[in-house]
Amino acid sequence: MKPEDRAAELFARLRSGDRRALARAITWIENGAEEATALLRLVYPLTGRAHVVGITGPPGAGKSTLVDRLASEQRARGRTVAIVAVDPTSPFSGGAILGDRIRMQRTLTDPGVFMRSLAARGHLGGLSPATGEVVSVLDAFGFDVILVETVGTGQSEVEIMALAHTTCVVVVPGLGDEIQAIKAGILEIGDVFVCNKADRDGADRTVNEIEMMLDLGHMGQPGINRWPAEPAEGGGAQSPAAGAALPPGADAALRRLDRTGHHSAADLARAAGYMTRAAVHAAERHGTANPGDISWRPPVLKTVAKDGQGVEAVVDRLDEHLTFLRETGRWEARREKDAALRLQELVGQRAARATLDRARAAGDLELLVRQVAERRLDPYTAADEILRNHWGR
Amino acid sequence: MEAASGRRIRVLVAKLGLDAHDRGAKVVARAYRDAGFEVIYTGLYQRPEAVAAAAIQEDVDVVAVSSLAGAHGVLIPQLIQLLREQGVDDVLILAGGIIPEDEVPALLEAGVSRVFGPGSDLEEIIEYTRENVKR
Repeated sequence: MKPEDRAAELFARLRSGDRRALARAITWIENGAEEATALLRLVYPLTGRAHVVGITGPPGAGKSTLVDRLASEQRARGRTVAIVAVDPTSPFSGGAILGDRIRMQRTLTDPGVFMRSLAARGHLGGLSPATGEVVSVLDAFGFDVILVETVGTGQSEVEIMALAHTTCVVVVPGLGDEIQAIKAGILEIGDVFVCNKADRDGADRTVNEIEMMLDLGHMGQPGINRWPAEPAEGGGAQSPAAGAALPPGADAALRRLDRTGHHSAADLARAAGYMTRAAVHAAERHGTANPGDISWRPPVLKTVAKDGQGVEAVVDRLDEHLTFLRETGRWEARREKDAALRLQELVGQRAARATLDRARAAGDLELLVRQVAERRLDPYTAADEILRNHWGR
Repeated sequence: MEAASGRRIRVLVAKLGLDAHDRGAKVVARAYRDAGFEVIYTGLYQRPEAVAAAAIQEDVDVVAVSSLAGAHGVLIPQLIQLLREQGVDDVLILAGGIIPEDEVPALLEAGVSRVFGPGSDLEEIIEYTRENVKR
C-alpha cells in the first residue's frame, strides 16, 4: 500500500473516533514517517476548533498535577480534553523517561480524556519538534480543549506562546529563582499566572511580586489597563462598562477597590479579569474604543493543585481569556498569522531542501563549501551563487 | 517540522495492583532509557484498565509489567485480555520481578512473551526487547 493510501485508511478510522488510530497517527508524526504529511493534509480542514492551552513553568512547580486537575474540571464542564506532556530526552542515549502520567491519575480511564507523552528528542525550547502537528491531529479528532505541558526548564518556553491560544505560567513560592525566570521573559508569555503550592510560606509575596511586575508592564496601555488609574468622571466606582453586565462578584471587588484606595493584589487581578468582557461590551456599545485596543492584563491566581484548591478559578480565567480572544478579534487575527507563519516555514524548508539537493547533484555545493571553508569565498556570495544557479528550477 | 526524527522504541513500564515496590521497575526504566528507548512509567497501584488505556494512548511497542506482590497471575492476564478486546495485538508483553517458577507457564500461555526473574541481566532484557518488538 502507498503511504497516501495508508494515510487515508488511518484518517477514516480517526474520523470514526478510533483512539488507537489517533495514537498511531501521533507516532507517525513523531517519527517523521512518510505517511505523516499525507495524513496532515487530510486532517488540516478539521483543525482550528480546539482551545489550545499551554502550561509552562520551572521543574517541580506542579505542572502535571495541575494539568490533571484542570482536565478534571474541564470534564466537569462537559468538555473533552487532550493532554500532551513533553519531557526531556537524554542527550547521551536519545532515550527518555516520560513520567507525567504518574501525576495524572484522575482522568486516565475517562473516555473523554486522551493523554500522550512526548519526548523532546533533542529539541530545545520546551516542546518536541512534532508538538504542533500532534496538536493538529488532536484538534481534528474533536477535543474541545488541548492542554500542552512543556518541559520544565523555566526560561526557554517561548515556543509555547506560538502554539497555545492561552499560556498558563505556573510558579511556586519560595524559590526566588522563578522570579528570575519571570524577569527573563516568562512574564511576557503568560496569559494566566498560577502560584501553585500556595499553602506554603511566601505564596502571597510571590503573587505580589508577579502582580507588581505585570502592573509595570501594563502601565499606560489603552483599554482596561487604564482602569482604575483613571477613574470615570465624577469619581466613584463607575466602571467603563456602565450598563454592561458584570459577572457575579465583580461589582463587589470593584467597589472594594474604590473605597479603600489601596488595593490588594488579589482584588486588582480579579477586577482586571472581570473587566475584560465588560470593557469589550462597553467599547462596542459606546464606540469609545476599538475592541482591538483592549489589552489583557493577566490575572495571578493561587492554587494547591494536589488538593484541587483554586483550580475552578483557573479554568474560569482560561475561559475568560478565550472569550477575550474571540471578542476582540484576536482569535481570527491569530489564525491568519499562524497560517502565514506555517506557510512561510514550509516553503522555506522545501525550497531550501530542493535548492541544496540540486546544488549538491551538480557538484556545486561541495565546491562552494570548500571555498568558503578555505576563506577563498565568503558564505554570503556563495549563497547568492547557489540561489542564482539552482533555485526555482 | 518535516524533518524525519526517526523511530524510537516506546516502552510502558507498569506496576499493577497493590504492589508498593518499584525500585526494580525504575532500574529497568533507567536501563531502557540509557539504551535509547522512550519509557513511559505509570507509577504505582495501577488498575489493568488504566495500564491498557496508557498502552493504547501512548502507542507503545512494549508493555513491561513489574510484579513483586503476587497478583500477577490474575492482573497480567486481565491486562492482556483488555488489550486484545481493544484490538491491540502488536505489543510485546514482558513480565519481571518476583514470579515463582511454576507460575511462569500460565503467564506465557496468557500471552506474556518472556518473564525476567530477579538477577536478570539488564543487557539481556534490552537485547531481548530490541529483537522481539513486533513492529
